[in-house]
Amino acid sequence: MRAAFTEDQIMLRDTVRDTLAAECTPAAVRASWEQPSAFWPLLAEQGVLALTASEELGGLGMGALDWVLVLEEAGRVALPEPLIEHIAAVELLAESGEAEWVERLASGEARVTVFQSGGYAVSADTADAVIRLGDTGAELLTEFTTVRHAAADGSRPLFTVDGAGAPLSGDADAALDRAILATAAQLLGLGNQVLDLAVEYSKARRQFGKPIGSFQAVQHHLVDALLKLKFAAPVVHRAAHSVATNDPQRALHVSMAKIYASEAASLACRKSLQVHGAIGYTFEYDLHLWMKRVWALSEAWGNPAWHRNRAASSLFGA
Amino acid sequence: MNLTYTVSEQAFRADCRAWLEANVPATPLASHNTREGFAQHVQWEHKLFDAGWAVVSWPEAYGGRGASLVEWLIFEEEYYRSGAPARVTQNGIFLLAPTLFECGNDEQKERLLRQMARADFLWAQAWSEPNAGSDLASVRATAKKVDGGWKLSGNKTWCSRGVFSDGIYGLFRTDPDSERHRGLTYFMIHVDQPGVTLRAVEDLDGEEAFAEVFLDDVFVPDADVIGEVNQGWKVAMSTTSSERGLSLRSPGRFQATAERLKQLFVESGSPERLRDQVLQSWMDADAYSLYTYQTVTRMQEGGHIGADSSLNKIFWSEMDIATQQTALELLGARAWLMPEAPDAAPGWLHDFLFSLAGPIYAGTNEIQRNIVARRVLELPR
Repeated sequence: MRAAFTEDQIMLRDTVRDTLAAECTPAAVRASWEQPSAFWPLLAEQGVLALTASEELGGLGMGALDWVLVLEEAGRVALPEPLIEHIAAVELLAESGEAEWVERLASGEARVTVFQSGGYAVSADTADAVIRLGDTGAELLTEFTTVRHAAADGSRPLFTVDGAGAPLSGDADAALDRAILATAAQLLGLGNQVLDLAVEYSKARRQFGKPIGSFQAVQHHLVDALLKLKFAAPVVHRAAHSVATNDPQRALHVSMAKIYASEAASLACRKSLQVHGAIGYTFEYDLHLWMKRVWALSEAWGNPAWHRNRAASSLFGA
Repeated sequence: MNLTYTVSEQAFRADCRAWLEANVPATPLASHNTREGFAQHVQWEHKLFDAGWAVVSWPEAYGGRGASLVEWLIFEEEYYRSGAPARVTQNGIFLLAPTLFECGNDEQKERLLRQMARADFLWAQAWSEPNAGSDLASVRATAKKVDGGWKLSGNKTWCSRGVFSDGIYGLFRTDPDSERHRGLTYFMIHVDQPGVTLRAVEDLDGEEAFAEVFLDDVFVPDADVIGEVNQGWKVAMSTTSSERGLSLRSPGRFQATAERLKQLFVESGSPERLRDQVLQSWMDADAYSLYTYQTVTRMQEGGHIGADSSLNKIFWSEMDIATQQTALELLGARAWLMPEAPDAAPGWLHDFLFSLAGPIYAGTNEIQRNIVARRVLELPR
């Protein structure tokens, strides 16, 4: 029993964190509302897109315990790219014998997105291939049409996709659980950033002659958010372990991760907005870029109610 | 990260389980907050100690097994899973002992640790005073130096199971000119000494769970001072954020309660309207366990628990109330019957009432939030 990451995993996280902090600034996130985002070449160059592809196919052959912290960092900066879907897709394509696609995705030459049948596909306009997850498995669409649906989170463009697909033989359930875990990880990073913004603001903003962060009412709001985020982290990390080891309880653990991360990040948004006061309620201030991503990702890949149902059937056998 | 147990951890669990299955009393003991029940619990503690299970994480020299923190967590999981009795030694082994390990001298450790672990001498914590609760540094009880020791006077309160205990421990002002955290000394006091008066205070449940303690020129030998004179605050705080934060309420306790709640839910016909509450309690107990394994891993690799002990305390105390409330909702009108009533549902009402004390004792949750705000978020005063 050892509930901690390895030094290599921490180092990878720190490298990605530093790069993203320098490149994916709030101004860049804001710009991605108006024009297509441009971080894919950077992610390719940093090896992030190659994490889960096998070494023979130009990848690093890493697993969920390696990428979960990377996804948290992508969340922290509200990276406006479909990294969740990329992570879900690569191993599925590899399992399905689509070596060429895996190589092209790992190098960043091609882009893919994944969606649940009947739902929206993120960034389908820039995708070379789309994977549709349905009740009977996964399908690969290489010729398809898209319709954009303007979304509240302007940096996460949503589309409906139409087209005929070819069945993929890989494990669609595992791909779904990777997408859910990756989403939970991003939510954790987003929530921590939203809390950090509020903490910094509360130290700088003065009222009644003191920083507002010195008032207990404000402090306790922030601690409530921290508490939720702190206890969500090991739940997300355990889910990564279960994905990496294909644990028999994987579905329960992954659903728990999504519930805890969504609720912690959502609470962090509420508390952060409250601590910021009116300035946080403006379009001009950056907080809403993060909040809208939290709300979008809380809904994506199963909202908390959907995951409660899944967890309950696993727990109570209903 | 490897969240599977090693072969030796699995063997340790199997040993715990086998002994508990063979030895845990088939019928529950009377409440440990009553005189009759307390005596039964003391007998149980003797048995536990003699078999080497009372204090698994302590060195063998003091009656332990030198178990790792992970093994201690495993023991706790098995202990509560088996439905074994509440620990009447807890204010000794979980609260006083860490202080002795950290700040006590060898003579004190030799003399006190084994006897407290075997329940041959029962300790109660006497930290609060009528005017020093959350503001612990405002204690007024005093100690004056006399030949060979000290004379203690003052008034302590909310001393859990004090009326059934043999000794109490707490802070006394040894420097009369001092204020706040300075000039305090940490004493251990035998309650059979002349000048000690204990008055039982009934808790919300009507049991003599608390004592108010009056001290009038009570003699305490120098040998019963922990740490240095006038350094009592440092001694008291040395363990509040170390093992104490971990050992006060281990995850196994809440996981066992969550399992019982799950059973109660199924026995109650799985009412859909309460499903999410039951699920939440079960998941929260699981999350608390995961968080604790993460903390323990850090501690085993040389780290400190730090302010995590405050986050822990907020989490488990709020989770416990929510869990108990859900149980009462599942039981409906039966929940509010006293234990002697024919239809009573054993345990839940008592446990609900006790859960309400959680956000109050061991530092209120407001104080814990203040600590987290300062130490973790580094917010200004």
